[in-house]
Amino acid sequence: MSSLGELRSMARTRKAGSEDKSTPDNKAAYIFLAPWILGLLVFTIGPMLASLYLSFTDYNLLKAPVWSGFDNIERMLNDARLWNSLRVTFTYVVVSVPLQLAFALVVALVLDRGMRGLSFYRSIFYLPSLLGGSVAIAILWRQVFGTDGLVNGFLSWFGIDGPGWISHPDYALGTIIILHIWTFGSPMVIFLAGLRQIPDMYYEAAQVDGAGKIRRFFSITFPLLTPIIFFNLVLQIIFAFQSFTQAYIVSGGTGGPSDSTMFFTLYLYKQAFNELDMGYASAMAWFLLLIIAGFTAFNFWLSRFWVFYDD
Amino acid sequence: MSSAAATEQAALPAAPAAPPRPVRNYRRRARVLSVVKHTILILLSLVMIYPLIWLVVSSLKPNDEIFTNLSIFTTDLTLDNYIDGWDAQGLPFSQFLLNSAILSLGAILGNLISCSLAAYAFARLRFRGRNLFFAIMLGTIMLPFHVVLVPQFVIFRELGWLETFLPLIVPKFLATDAFFVFLMVQFIRGLPKEIFEAARIDGAGHPRIFAQITLPLMTPALATTAIFTFIWTWGDFFGPLIYLRTRDNFPVSIALKGFVDAQSSSNYGAMFAMSVVSLIPLFLAFLIGQKYLVKGIATTGIK
Repeated sequence: MSSLGELRSMARTRKAGSEDKSTPDNKAAYIFLAPWILGLLVFTIGPMLASLYLSFTDYNLLKAPVWSGFDNIERMLNDARLWNSLRVTFTYVVVSVPLQLAFALVVALVLDRGMRGLSFYRSIFYLPSLLGGSVAIAILWRQVFGTDGLVNGFLSWFGIDGPGWISHPDYALGTIIILHIWTFGSPMVIFLAGLRQIPDMYYEAAQVDGAGKIRRFFSITFPLLTPIIFFNLVLQIIFAFQSFTQAYIVSGGTGGPSDSTMFFTLYLYKQAFNELDMGYASAMAWFLLLIIAGFTAFNFWLSRFWVFYDD
Repeated sequence: MSSAAATEQAALPAAPAAPPRPVRNYRRRARVLSVVKHTILILLSLVMIYPLIWLVVSSLKPNDEIFTNLSIFTTDLTLDNYIDGWDAQGLPFSQFLLNSAILSLGAILGNLISCSLAAYAFARLRFRGRNLFFAIMLGTIMLPFHVVLVPQFVIFRELGWLETFLPLIVPKFLATDAFFVFLMVQFIRGLPKEIFEAARIDGAGHPRIFAQITLPLMTPALATTAIFTFIWTWGDFFGPLIYLRTRDNFPVSIALKGFVDAQSSSNYGAMFAMSVVSLIPLFLAFLIGQKYLVKGIATTGIK
């Protein structure tokens, strides 16, 4: 189960305090947890509060932060590049995540149950998701989709003269989306594991009742898989909002052409470490957190209409 | 389920329609279907893998031939690009490989120690605030790190740790990669309770149960953690981009960026060659650890 599934079931069983009745080990527990607690305070909670404070300041690392009230927020509202970066990020998230998951699901369904060569295909499909986050692959992508690259070489067989995908504002983001879909292997492995957990007897019973393949998919496989699909969807969306490396490398660090690959995180990085506008960057970071939280909450609300829980 | 059983299962509903022959008909249809399936899957595999093969082959071609001849079938192979690329970024590439290796080893060590300690407490001990802490731990997995980015940078700057590996390694010793805590908790929960109870009855304290019983039993989870940490640290770009700005400290990810920055020189061959070099350790980790990786994602639903 994913971390998200764990959280959900914790929230549901909160009152069921049927723990074992042995004496608690408070002291031992806090000793074992000491590194984690220290890390939580020093590297997570402390910095979170600090960046919340910095969001309301003007801070450039060189001089102490100066309280500026709602200036950063007002500036964000009027920052056209910021809203453009948000639009780019939204497009990326909303297109690439569902496509990647749909692809992963379809391939997992094809590979499921008694497929010969399953482990071979699984390895091949999984490999790109291990490499996909690296700089080397982003560099490769620049060339595959370059003017003289592999894609245009392929298109030229059909007499099509392809554009320079990476350097065209209409297509650059598309190449990064394709890169994300290329890494469908890891959700595929999760779906394969989920499919294996569906008891055979469900299918056998449906068989006896005369359910056909399609009926079995929509009445058994899909409903039982919906929690896994849902948790994957939510988590992938959370992580897709934070993508950075691929856009950075593919655009040569510029977010171009014409800001068409300027992800929110890339713009944030530039504000913080190129402009040294740390206050503004902190405000942007909190804005990102709120957006992600909002998206996640919306997803949970939507899930009531399509996710089927066995419990 | 075996394929024979699957065949039989799918054959059942067809059976009443036309008694004796359909089974054989069905078998033929199943075979055709299977050929179609495999053809599609093999084509898909080729599309998936082709860019990687092209990368490797291109890295072995003379520089002027890479984009004039896109084919992966060529006899004109040379190691020149590797020789050129090795020194193209101002320092021998071995320096960058070494830096990446140090960062990875430090992160692996930190994650193994700190995450296993925390996981033992969460999975095996009863204490006040456990559910709250556990929920916080799970929450941090999903927290976008940008909200801690600036203050962390300020902290490390105040400590004088910029241009050292410490900002990228020390947090790992404090279990900030909560995902691995979760992975280990899941694993320890799956171990038989009787072992721990027996150890308690024999009078073993928690440090001993942890070190002598839990750790040896959880080696698969430790292996998964080590491999994932390696892959993520080796590929990490954002952290080094912020904290390591002098050439001596560059890991391979940042060194490779140098080829993109300086593309006016357009030494594509060298760039491809060093890209391949940077991917080899990841590929080896994949070959060695595939079993653990697959199990790791399957049991935790990745993050």
